[in-house]
Amino acid sequence: MTVRERIRQNISAAFYRHGLLCASYPVPIILFTSASILTCCYPLLKLPLPGTGPVEFTTGVRDYSTPSHESQGDLSERPDWYRGPPVAYIQQVLVKAAVSPWDNSLVPVDVFRSPLGRVFSVLEEIRNHVYTDRSLEALCLQVTDLLPGLRRMQAVLPEHGCLLVSPGNYWQNRRDLFDADPDLLKTVHQHEPKGLHTSATLKDLLFGVPGKQTGVNLYSKKRVVTYTITIALSSYDARFVASLRARLKQLHPSANCTLREDHMVHVHFKEEIGIAELIPLVTTYIILFAYIYFSTRKIDMVKSKWGLALAAVVTVLSSLLMSVGLCTLFGLTPTLNGGEIFPYLVVVIGLENVLVLTKSVVSTPVDLEVKLRIAQGLSNESWSIMKNMATELCIILIGYFTFVPAIQEFCLFAVVGLVSDFFLQMFFFTTVLSIDIRRMELADLNRRLPAEAGMPPPKPGPLRPRETPPPPRPSPHTITLQAPAFRNLRLPKRLRVVYFLARTRLAQRIIMVGTVIWIGILVYTDPAGLRTFLAAQVSEQSPLGEAGLPPHLGVAPVFPGGDPTSTLSGLPAPEPTPLPENQSQGHRAAHPEVAPVSSPQITWGPEDEELWRRLSFRHWPSLFSYYNITLAKRYISILPVIPVTLHLSPQEAIDTRHPQDTHHAPPPSIKTSDLQTDLTLYKVAALGLFAGVVLVLLLFCLYRVLCPRNYGQNGVPHGRRRRGDLPCDEYGYSPPISEISPLLLRGHSMDIECLASDGMLLASCCLVGHIRVWDAQTGDCLTVIPNNGLRRSSSSGCWEHRDGWDHISACEAENIFPIRRRTTPARPALFGDQPDLTPLIDTNFGLSPPSQALSSSGFDFGGLVEKAYQEHEPSPTLAFPPSPPASQQRRRSLGDQPVLPPELPPQNNGDWDSSVWAMELRGNLIATGRSSGKLELWDAVEGSLRCSNEDGVSGITALAFLNNRIVAARLNGSLDFFTVEITKPLGLLQYRGPPGRGSLPPSPCYSSEDVISCQLTRSVQCAHQKPITVLKAAAGRVVTGSQDHTVRVYRLEDSCCLFTLQGHSGGITAIYIDQTMVLASGGQDGTICVWDVLTGSRVSHVYGHRGDVTSLVCTTSCIISSGLDDLICIWDRSTGIKLYSIQQEVGCGASLGVISESLLVTGGQGCVSFWDLNYGDLLQTVYLGQSSEGQSVRQLLVLDNAAIVCDFGSELSLVYVPSVLEKLD
Amino acid sequence: MVEVSALSSGALMRRGPYISMITNRTMNLLIRAAMLFMVGVFLALVLNLLQVQRNVTLFPPDVLSSVFSSAWWVPPCCGTAAALIGLLYPCMDRRLGEPHKLKREWSNVMRCVAVFVGINHASAKVDFANNVQLSLTLAALSVGLWWTFDRSRSGFGLGVVIAILATLATQLLVYNGVFQYTSPDFLYIRSWLPCIFFAGVITVGNIGRQLALYEYKVNQEKTHQD
Repeated sequence: MTVRERIRQNISAAFYRHGLLCASYPVPIILFTSASILTCCYPLLKLPLPGTGPVEFTTGVRDYSTPSHESQGDLSERPDWYRGPPVAYIQQVLVKAAVSPWDNSLVPVDVFRSPLGRVFSVLEEIRNHVYTDRSLEALCLQVTDLLPGLRRMQAVLPEHGCLLVSPGNYWQNRRDLFDADPDLLKTVHQHEPKGLHTSATLKDLLFGVPGKQTGVNLYSKKRVVTYTITIALSSYDARFVASLRARLKQLHPSANCTLREDHMVHVHFKEEIGIAELIPLVTTYIILFAYIYFSTRKIDMVKSKWGLALAAVVTVLSSLLMSVGLCTLFGLTPTLNGGEIFPYLVVVIGLENVLVLTKSVVSTPVDLEVKLRIAQGLSNESWSIMKNMATELCIILIGYFTFVPAIQEFCLFAVVGLVSDFFLQMFFFTTVLSIDIRRMELADLNRRLPAEAGMPPPKPGPLRPRETPPPPRPSPHTITLQAPAFRNLRLPKRLRVVYFLARTRLAQRIIMVGTVIWIGILVYTDPAGLRTFLAAQVSEQSPLGEAGLPPHLGVAPVFPGGDPTSTLSGLPAPEPTPLPENQSQGHRAAHPEVAPVSSPQITWGPEDEELWRRLSFRHWPSLFSYYNITLAKRYISILPVIPVTLHLSPQEAIDTRHPQDTHHAPPPSIKTSDLQTDLTLYKVAALGLFAGVVLVLLLFCLYRVLCPRNYGQNGVPHGRRRRGDLPCDEYGYSPPISEISPLLLRGHSMDIECLASDGMLLASCCLVGHIRVWDAQTGDCLTVIPNNGLRRSSSSGCWEHRDGWDHISACEAENIFPIRRRTTPARPALFGDQPDLTPLIDTNFGLSPPSQALSSSGFDFGGLVEKAYQEHEPSPTLAFPPSPPASQQRRRSLGDQPVLPPELPPQNNGDWDSSVWAMELRGNLIATGRSSGKLELWDAVEGSLRCSNEDGVSGITALAFLNNRIVAARLNGSLDFFTVEITKPLGLLQYRGPPGRGSLPPSPCYSSEDVISCQLTRSVQCAHQKPITVLKAAAGRVVTGSQDHTVRVYRLEDSCCLFTLQGHSGGITAIYIDQTMVLASGGQDGTICVWDVLTGSRVSHVYGHRGDVTSLVCTTSCIISSGLDDLICIWDRSTGIKLYSIQQEVGCGASLGVISESLLVTGGQGCVSFWDLNYGDLLQTVYLGQSSEGQSVRQLLVLDNAAIVCDFGSELSLVYVPSVLEKLD
Repeated sequence: MVEVSALSSGALMRRGPYISMITNRTMNLLIRAAMLFMVGVFLALVLNLLQVQRNVTLFPPDVLSSVFSSAWWVPPCCGTAAALIGLLYPCMDRRLGEPHKLKREWSNVMRCVAVFVGINHASAKVDFANNVQLSLTLAALSVGLWWTFDRSRSGFGLGVVIAILATLATQLLVYNGVFQYTSPDFLYIRSWLPCIFFAGVITVGNIGRQLALYEYKVNQEKTHQD
């Protein structure tokens, strides 16, 4: 055990050092690895490309002897397969026959009837040829039955005898049947397969020449019929063949025939891959891809998932290549079929190590340095990696000792592959991983936000930032618009299908891939067939004709000058009457009287030498396969052809005519075979085209049916917008342009901090401390309550003026003092009066320490703003000399308030400096809680301070205003209950109806004499141990959530604590309670709890988000939560099962609102999105402004009249949603 | 294979509307059985083709007929057997109370299937000196497959029992003349049949367990939420 421990420690240490090395010098290591990969792959260049085409080897005829089975080392140029006797020797007798001279009395059938008829005599000659005591019967390849599946060919192909095929087989080699055949063409074509065919057909087999060259058709221009008699010999007898050749030449001399006859070609056939073999192969590849897919899918928590997956695949592939290359280098040539064993090699080598490494590295502590993380991750997994490696090597070693050659070879490859894979994992992949991790950390540094799924669960900090300033990124949406958003959406099914098709472009890709595969199969399995087809097409069209064909590569291009047998040029003539031999080459006895009719010429050129090359390369294999003889991995030897020239006289042609030939010969309706094949080709093409058009039409109809919404049309106007303007568009489609135009309420100079509404009025407070009251219906600004603190703090009187103008509208009329009116300058001047506060806006949140900018207690920009004002001071002071009396006046005006607590003046000093942290609006009373702990009640219409309470000193973090009670939560964890008492309650609660701008009633519902007092009824000192973060009140209950992980429920009437709810493991960040006593709470741990307020029991508890839960809303059926992970989750309220979730952009999803039972509104980057809750369907996105950079909606209020209010930087946005409501109802 | 996995992942991905279907026990059982049946049929066809290739010469007259060259009832039988075995394995795991712990991931299952096809491939393509060598090699490979992807005693036992039973059943069928081997070499077939059966049982069991994992997960989630 100790040895094992020691080994383990050593391995771990070595891996640690190695990880450090890799992470420290990523670029040199990657360069080194690439170089070694290339070096190891270099020997692969020598390997022949895989293919199934036949290989040729040419030897001379004269000194030919059957190769022995043993390999002969001295003849290095001999291929490996050239051992042992061939399957057969192929002797072809190439017959060219023509009726000459041609005269006009002949009918087209005569072109081939009599020449074909001569095949029987030539056959007879061959069969009866005897040299010494050997006949053809003794030498030829004896065949037995045809394969059982070929019954229909039984009449045509020979059985139980010599394998000797010729066109005569069509008529069972019987002259009488031939003569009795009324339609030769029909006989020939009845065996032809229908449709486009590229491999060997029966016609090719019997004629032995490509179909086009036979000349057996009615429209042949050359009127020369070409065919071969193919003899398969089982053993080679040189003398017999020579005598046969001499005999045939003597009988049918060929003029000017210069065919070479000194070379025989050996053709080796490789193993064929038929479709039957392709299916298992394709299956294994599909399994392989599934394996790779499922493996790489597990790579998670990294910067670029695809990059790492690619790196993993590259690792495996290049290790395979390296193994093959290394094996080749050391002289081990692969004999296995690479394509077949490849998937198994990949599976053996596997992607596991790569995944284990990634997982281990990303699970190391994030705060470590990248180097250390890599090293630690490596050393953590070192033992298991080494163990697995050893196990696999053992298994492969066992496989090696099976002593089956194929398995041994596989094992050898696998061992080398494993070792090189290990090398690559250690060097290449680890380095790539370190680069990736570093990139991720850089990105994190820039963003301060957890990258989506990129960070381990956040450590419980003091408080999460309530608002996350959007970082300046060039294209924010490209990162977050991910596929998961689609998957999570609960769209209608048809839309999902369409989206899926549209997103993946499935149809196009399938069609493309299918085409490529089809072409690939065609070329791969039948290259020669296709080539002949193409060559035939080309040669027909090229003016050069057959001479235009390039010489075949397999033949030595040197053309032997003179062969004694072929130099004598017998004039082509009917055999009994040999013509004089002094005709020059290319000229035949052309009789002058037939000059107008082109006479057939029989020429012999080099292209006739090896006419079999023009056949499909599967010609021979298919011929032999009919007799169950395979040519795979074997070879045949093709002997030089014996040329035979036949000239027939017209009289002979007429004599052999069948009586019916003249009947139907001329009609043009008879289609030739050429035309037929061409027509089939065209038919296929036309059908394909038609099918394509129909398919397109069908798809179009489907699209129209399935996708009635016209995304395309609506997208057009959006095309003009920058793409950055569509941040909330989840689909990649442009959303329909909203007919909703948001109403922008401008007036605040700084970002809006607090927002409160009671349906009719709307109060907002900005960072400077200005409170504005708006009419929620019309968007008019009713009142402005300035931040008094500024004036208080400034020593000069100029601030008086600044404050003076703030009372616009009629409320001013009530409280004006003559002096102030005098000092109030015109509005435009006042705007100039404002210092420029924009430099104060610190957008670089990433650099500031979190405790400052993102403190839990909210933003306190008071100090900064004040400083700016002081710096700004000199210029206004010149314009407005200080006027102390005004200051006095203002102070007095405050003192004039009827119900001022007596202690107000002395305490005012500290109060004005504080900022507003919480605000509530009920009736026309605004309650504000300040950071100094002061609670103020303002008259919303008059803008006057009604009362204030300074019982507490700790800042008020949250306020609840219900009925006539105010609950204030303070920073120190205490909870204060206040009671508001008004002498005329009617005035408080019945002030309804929007006051017109110019028609402010001189005396509102309650006069300034009304006594409004705010008394602290009870103070719960230690409500929570830590600051209270959330405070909500409804249905007579007050619920508080705090940093101390608990939620408390109080009764509003008697401030009695009913329950302390424990269940979260982090601070509470969001609480929802409504009239139906449903309480939901969300915490920093990402959990959401639903409680029963009556009993205090926990109804459900779900783990919802990766970061904090930022906001919670409930409808009667579901709970909607949004979290720091920018996910909006919709949960079933009763069961707590997650229905679906919506992935939002970074920084989008902090604000939520529910307009009706099925309409959800979320704030985004400069826009507000409406969602259908039932389906998770994005209904509309409303853009708040033209330019939306960096402005995100942080607060969102839903008003009673189906309007929503949200903050938008320094503006408020009022959005009415009538159209959406109509759609839903 | 791919459509099966896509089906399974697809059906399980969209939780919302299908949640009841997945959690519903009989429905879940049916879905799993159908998937396993398809896997079995597919594997039977493909592997049969592999074996056919060995015995038929080049260029079978028409490929499609060779795909279905064996008796028509063989693929359905294989499918049914696959469904039974695939359901039996998780059930047995639950009964014995020793849940399968080893790397329960789809990528692993894919690897297992690939190795299984590879064993078949080897038995069809590689020329062995004699039948004993073939048997030994295949047995070693099968046991290796079990060790790599299963490692449970129950899996091994069930695999051996089913392999023996299946071999016996095949022999009986052959003796009664219902079914014929394509190869005249009788010993050759008999030497690889049990090993192939064993490897197949392990593979199908692996798939079945992986499929059952989803039901297990969903149920666990549900109880956790309750």
